[in-house]
Amino acid sequence: MFIINCPYCGEREQTEFKAGGEAHIVRPKQPTELSDDEWAEYLFMRKNIKGIQFERWIHIHGCRKWFNVVRDTSNDEIKAVYKMGEKPLIK
Amino acid sequence: MKNKYSFFTLLKNAFSYHENWGKAWRDPEPKKEYEAIIIGGGGHGLATAYYLAKKHNMRNIAVVEKGWIGGGNTGRNTTIIRSNYLWDASAGLYDHALKIWEGLSQELNYNVMFSQRGVMNLAHNLQDVRDLKRRTHANRLNGIDAIYLNTDEVKKFCPIINTSPDIRYPVLGGTLQRRAGTARHDAVAWGYARGADEMGVDIIQNCEVKGIKRNGNDVEGIETTKGFIKTKKIGVVAAGHSSVIASMAGLRLPLESKPLQALVSEPVKPIIDTVVMSNAVHAYVSQSDKGELVIGAGTDDYISYSQKGSHEIVEGTLSAILELYPIFSRMRMLRQWGGYC
Amino acid sequence: MTKNLRVKTSKFIDETYKISFKFNNKTFYGYKGDTLASALLANNVHLIGRSFKYHRPRGIMTAGSEEPNAIVQLHSDTSRTEPNVRATEIEIYEGLDASSQNCWPSVNFDIGAINNFLSPILPAGFYYKTFMWPANFWEKYEYFIRKSAGLGKSPTEPDPDIYEHRYIHCDVLVIGAGISGILAAKTSAKNGLKTLLVDEKSYLGGSTIYQDSEHFKINNQISSSWLEKEINEIKKIENLEIKTRTSVAAFHGYNFLLARENLTDHLPLEQRNNKIRHKLLKIRAKKVITATGALERPLIFDNNDRPGILLSSAIGKYASLFGVACGEKNILFTNNDTAYETANSLFKKGINIEAIIDNREEIDSKLIKEAEKHNIKIYKGYTVVNTSGYKRINKVSIMQLSKDGQKVIGSKISIPCDCLGISGGWTPAVHLFTQSGGKLKFRDEDQVFIPDTYSSDQISIGSCNGDFTLDEILFNLPKILKKFLKINKTDYDNLEIQSSFNKSKRNIWFLPSDKVIGKTKPFVDYQNDATAKDIKLALREGFRSIEHVKRYTTTGMGTDQGKLGNMHALGIISETSKSKMGELGTTTFRPPYTPLTFGTIVGRNVGEYFDIFRKTPIHEWHVQNKAEFENVGQWKRAWFYPKNGESMHDAVQRESKAARDSAGILDASTLGKIDIQGTDASEFLNRIYTNAWSKLAIGKCRYGLMLNEDGMVYDDGVTTRLSENHYIMTTTTGGAATVLGKLEDYLQTEWPELDVYLTSVTDHYATVSVCGPNSKKIISQVIPDLDLSDENFSHMSYKNAKIEGIKCRVMRISFTGEHSYEINIQANYGESVWKKCIKAGKEFNITPYGTETMHLLRAEKGFIIVGQDTDATVTPIDLQMDWIVSKKKYDFIGKRSLYRSDTIREDRKQLVGLLTEDPEEVLEEGAQIVADINKSPIEMLGHVTSSYYSPNLKKSIALGVIKGGKKMIGQRLIIPMENKKINVTVADPVFLDKDNKRLNA
Repeated sequence: MFIINCPYCGEREQTEFKAGGEAHIVRPKQPTELSDDEWAEYLFMRKNIKGIQFERWIHIHGCRKWFNVVRDTSNDEIKAVYKMGEKPLIK
Repeated sequence: MKNKYSFFTLLKNAFSYHENWGKAWRDPEPKKEYEAIIIGGGGHGLATAYYLAKKHNMRNIAVVEKGWIGGGNTGRNTTIIRSNYLWDASAGLYDHALKIWEGLSQELNYNVMFSQRGVMNLAHNLQDVRDLKRRTHANRLNGIDAIYLNTDEVKKFCPIINTSPDIRYPVLGGTLQRRAGTARHDAVAWGYARGADEMGVDIIQNCEVKGIKRNGNDVEGIETTKGFIKTKKIGVVAAGHSSVIASMAGLRLPLESKPLQALVSEPVKPIIDTVVMSNAVHAYVSQSDKGELVIGAGTDDYISYSQKGSHEIVEGTLSAILELYPIFSRMRMLRQWGGYC
Repeated sequence: MTKNLRVKTSKFIDETYKISFKFNNKTFYGYKGDTLASALLANNVHLIGRSFKYHRPRGIMTAGSEEPNAIVQLHSDTSRTEPNVRATEIEIYEGLDASSQNCWPSVNFDIGAINNFLSPILPAGFYYKTFMWPANFWEKYEYFIRKSAGLGKSPTEPDPDIYEHRYIHCDVLVIGAGISGILAAKTSAKNGLKTLLVDEKSYLGGSTIYQDSEHFKINNQISSSWLEKEINEIKKIENLEIKTRTSVAAFHGYNFLLARENLTDHLPLEQRNNKIRHKLLKIRAKKVITATGALERPLIFDNNDRPGILLSSAIGKYASLFGVACGEKNILFTNNDTAYETANSLFKKGINIEAIIDNREEIDSKLIKEAEKHNIKIYKGYTVVNTSGYKRINKVSIMQLSKDGQKVIGSKISIPCDCLGISGGWTPAVHLFTQSGGKLKFRDEDQVFIPDTYSSDQISIGSCNGDFTLDEILFNLPKILKKFLKINKTDYDNLEIQSSFNKSKRNIWFLPSDKVIGKTKPFVDYQNDATAKDIKLALREGFRSIEHVKRYTTTGMGTDQGKLGNMHALGIISETSKSKMGELGTTTFRPPYTPLTFGTIVGRNVGEYFDIFRKTPIHEWHVQNKAEFENVGQWKRAWFYPKNGESMHDAVQRESKAARDSAGILDASTLGKIDIQGTDASEFLNRIYTNAWSKLAIGKCRYGLMLNEDGMVYDDGVTTRLSENHYIMTTTTGGAATVLGKLEDYLQTEWPELDVYLTSVTDHYATVSVCGPNSKKIISQVIPDLDLSDENFSHMSYKNAKIEGIKCRVMRISFTGEHSYEINIQANYGESVWKKCIKAGKEFNITPYGTETMHLLRAEKGFIIVGQDTDATVTPIDLQMDWIVSKKKYDFIGKRSLYRSDTIREDRKQLVGLLTEDPEEVLEEGAQIVADINKSPIEMLGHVTSSYYSPNLKKSIALGVIKGGKKMIGQRLIIPMENKKINVTVADPVFLDKDNKRLNA
C-alpha cells in the first residue's frame, strides 16, 4: 500500500489510483504500415522489468489525470512522478 | 529405490528412532556441463526435470534454484487442481495433468495428498450462468467430468454457502468437477525432487542465475552464483521471473508479473470439504488437511516482484468470503502472503 | 482439587469485583482484571487443552499473546463462539464460557492421546511416506486425518457483532506501552508531534509496571513507581492519543499499519449488543517507533511441555500482576539472571521456591546473592533432563552439564514440584520490524537477531532493539529519540539509574540428555508438537533451508506462529548443519502478528454494504410493480414483471408480444452516457469507433462499435450529434466506467492535442424507452408540442423537447426493431415521465418490459449484446458487421488488428442464427455446436450465445458463433446435450423484419 504523489493533487493513498502499465509506449502513428510482428510488438510486448520501471498511473478516484511514475518493482519504492509529456527527475 | 517410503519402512525406522533415513535428494555441486539445465526449482521445474529424465532418458541434467526448491509460487498457491477449462487446448493439457495427479503419489512414492474433494465454481449473474454452462457443455464433450448445478444443488453439495436470494450477488448456480481437488504443495516439489534426484538429476539450490551466455543463436551456458555451467539447452521455469531470465538470453516474453495474494485462517475442525471458487466476487476457499481455511485473493493491477500486494485486495476478498460464508466472520486470519502471477 | 492460589492482593486486580465463569462446564470465580489464564491458575487449573498431533495434555505456558498451548473455544454452540482464543489474552467477564479444544470426550480423558503412544511411527513428515496404498484410499485416510487435525470449531452461525474501520493519520506512532514506549510517546508528543500510542494489553507500563525489586531504580525510586508517574503525566497530553487493548497486526510498506482495537471482548455478553466489537485502525504514520519488547525463550529438553511448565517470566507476572501463584512447589530452570528476578519477587510474596537450576557454572550477581540469602537452593551447572507427571508436572530430573555443554554427567537428581519456570533468555520481538521490510542482524554474544536496516522512517527501541536491561534501555533511549525525532533534548537525558542485571547467559539451544535423542520428546513448537528430533530428522533427510525445515516439521506454523520456538529451531539447524546463525537467516514473519478475525478486516463492508447498489430513478416504481431484478454490474435492473403468479417464461412472452403488437416501455437509464464536447469531438469519434463520424449531421444519431487495439469488440452504443462540437454517447450498462476510462486514456496520453472534453452523465439522466406500433400515439400525448412526423423526426435522429416545461432530449432510436422513442430527462423527473407514458399508453396496453424481454426482442432482430454474443475474441467481421467497419478511415482503435493473420482467417467463429428442427425446442445458452457427433475427439464448432422462444415468430430462435459460420447458412448441425441431440439449421441472424419496415410503422 504505497503512497503516490499525484503531480496534480499531492500525496494520496494507492487505493485512489489505478495502474496503467509500462509508460512511453507510443501508439504507432501509422499502424496500417506495420508488419504483423511490429504491430504485435506494440500490442503485446512489455519489458516486465524487475527494477526501475517507468509506468503510467491514473488518479482514478481523484483528478482522473494520467501521469507517469518511476518505481522499483523489486520493492515498490517510488522514485519519481511526472506529468505526461514531461521528463522524470529521479531521486 | 534407495529409500522406499511405506508404512513398513516407517515402522522399521521407528525401531532405530528414524536415525537411518537417507537424504531425500543429494546436495550436489554443479558439474561443468549438463545436457540441459532447468532454471527454477518449483513444482513445474522439478516436474520438467523428472519427466525429461524419466520419459526422455535425459539423465545428465540439472535444476538450478535461486533459493530453496518449492519456495516460490509452489509454496504460495492455494493448491487447487482442476481440468474443467473451456478451451480445447487447456482442457486437454489440464486433464492430462489431472490423470497424472491421480497416480502421482504412487508414481513418486511420495504422498502428495492429492485429494479429489471436488471444485465448485459459482455463478452470480446471468452471464456467469451462460459462461459456466458453456464451459460445462465443452467439458462434457471433451470427456471432463464437470456438471452444472442449480442453486439448490450448490447448497446441497456445500451447505455452508449462503445461497439466500437476498444477498448482494446471489448464487444463481455453479459447476462441479468431482475429480478436481487439492494437493499438498510442498510435497509436490519434494516428491518430484526426490524422484528426479534418484534418476541422476542434479538439484542445485541457492544457485542464482546471473546471466546466459549466447553464441549467435545458440546457448553456451549459464553464469551463476556457483560459477559458469555449460549447457546447450535451457528450460526457463521461473514463474513470475521468467521474463527476467529470458531477457538474459536476449529473449522477450509477452508477460507481466503482478502480485497475487493468499491467506490462511487458524486451523479448525472440518467445516468445508470441497473447494469453492467464485470469480465474480473474487473468493476462493478450501480447507487444508491441517484445518486451515485456504483463501485465494485477487491480483493487483501493477507489476511487482516485491511479493507484497495491497491490503485492499485482502479486505475485498474477505468481504466476499463473508458474503458467501457469514459463519466465518469470527474465524481469524493467521498468515497472509503474496506471490505473483 | 480446587484450591485458592491467590496469594497477595494486587493493585491490578479488583478483589471487590468477583466474576464467575465456566471452564469445561465447571463454574469458577475470578476477579475483574484477571485473564482467563490467571483466573484458572488461581483455581489451580493447569490442564487447558490437548496438543495438535499427539494430544498431549497441555497447560498455560505464557502470560501473553505468544501463548502456544492454552487456547480455548469460547461460548461453544452459540453465535458468538470463537475457536483458538488464547486464555492468556482474554479478560474474564461475567458469564464467560470456555472449553478445551482438540480432545474427545474430554480434556481429562482424550481418545486421541493414543497418538502419543504411536508417536514413534509419527515423526515429522510421516504422512508423506505412507497412506499411499491402496491408491484410492487416500480420501479415507484423509477423512480421519482431518478429523483429528484442526483445533477449535468454526462458528456455524452468522456473527452478531459489528466491526468498523477507522483511518488514523499521525506524525508518530508508538507501538508498545512498556517503559520505552511510554517515554518515547511522551517525548514525541511534548515536542508537538501528533502521537498515537498503542498497546495490546488493557494496562500501560509493560513489564516494568509490576516490577518491585529494590535492585532496579530510576532517580532513586523503584522503577514501577517512577513509571507510574510518567504514565499519569502522558494521560494529560493533548496531542497524544492512547489506545489500550489495541494490537498492531501488520506493518506494511510506507508506514501503513493495521491495528485491532478491541472494544467489547472483555464485557459481559449482554453488554455487547449494538456496540462495535473491534475497530480496525488503518494507520498512516509519518514516523513509527516500535517498542514491542522481547519474548522470553523456553528451554528445550525432554518432556518440556507438561502442564505446570511455564516461562519463568510468566510465573513472575502471574504473581506480581494478578497475585496468583502458579504452584506451591516451584522450581526455576534458567540460563540467565532473569529467573532470579522472578525468584526474588515470588519469595517476597511468600511463594515457595524449591530450587533454581542454572545451567551456568560460575555465576555471581546481586540478584543471585539475594536468592541465596532467601535460602533458595541453587544447582549451578545443571540441566533438566526430564520431567514427569501426565496432566501436571510432579517432578524434574536434573544432571550436571559437561564443561562444553554437550552432554550430561554424574548422577541424576529428582526434585518433586508442581510448577517449573523456564528461562532461556530473551528474543527481541522484531516481527513487525521485519514485516515492514527491515533487515535483521545477528548478535553473537547473546544469540539474538536485532534490527539492522530500516525500510521506512521508523526506529526500534528498548528490548525489541536488543536492549534488555533497564540501564541499557534508559541509556540508549534519549540518544535514539533525539536523533530520530530531530530534537535537542529529552526529559530523560540525565536519569539516575540503578540496575543490577548481569547479562551473562549460557545459551544451549538443545540441552543434552542422558537418553538417546530418539527416546525423548524435546518440544520446539509446542502447539504443533514439533520436537528437536523432528528438526534433526528433516536435516538428515536433506532439508537445509529454514523454510524447508519449518514446512517439513510444521515448526512455527501454529496459531502462535512459532513466537517461542522459532529461534531454537534455527539454533538447532545451525548447530546440526554447522552453519552460522547469521547466515541461515530467519523465516519470514508474515502478517498478522496476532491473528485477526475476518469480521475485523472486513469491517462494515458486509451484507447490504458488500457492494453498492445502483438504482435508476424509476427503481421504486419497478419495486411497486413487482419486478424481478437482475444484477448488471452494480446496477439493479428490472428483469421482468410477473403478473399474478406468472412464470418468468409467461411474463416474458406477454411482454414481448405486447411490445410488438402495441407498445412496450423500458427503463434504459442504466446505459452509460458520456457527454463529449470540443472542436475535435468528431475527429475523436472517428478514432475510437470503427465507422465514420465526420459527416453525421447535427440532430442525427448513429450506432457505433468500439474495439480494443487487438481488434476485438469491446463496447457498442448510439451516439448523437447535439451540435457542431457536442455529442452524447451511450455505452452498455456494464461497460460505462471502463469505456470512459479508456477514452480518457487515449485523450490524455495519445492525443493530448485534441480539443475534447468528456463528462460522465449516466446518473444525470433518466432514460425512458417507449416502443411498438403505438409508440408514436403515446409520445404525442406525452409531448404534444413535438412534431412526430417521419419528415420532421425520422428514425436515428433526435429532438429537444419539453415535458411540462422541463427540457428533455428525445431520440428516435430502436434496439427492438420497433418504431420507438427514448426520452432522456433530468434524473429526478424520470419517474414522473415514466408514469406519464404509462398513463398515456393505458389505452394501448402499454406494457413495461424488463431486460429479458429486451434481450428477446433484439435477438429477433439479430442485434448483438456485447458480452453475451461476444467474449473478447470476436471482431466486427466475425459478427457479420462488416458494414460498420469503415474502409475509408485511415485509422481507428483496433483497425490494424483486423488485418492480422489470425483475424483474417475465414474459419473464425462467426455470428449466425440458429433454428431448431422442432420449433418448440428452445436451445440452452452455452450449449456447444458440432457437425459430426462421431468424430473423436469431438470437434466443437461453436456455441449458442442467445436463445429464446419468440412469441412473435411462434418458434424458437437462437444466435450462436460457429467456425466459418458465414458460409454455412442452411447447413444442419447438431447440439449434443447430455441426454439428447438437437438438430439445428444455420440461419441468417436476422429473424424478423429484415427490411426494417416496422421502424417506421
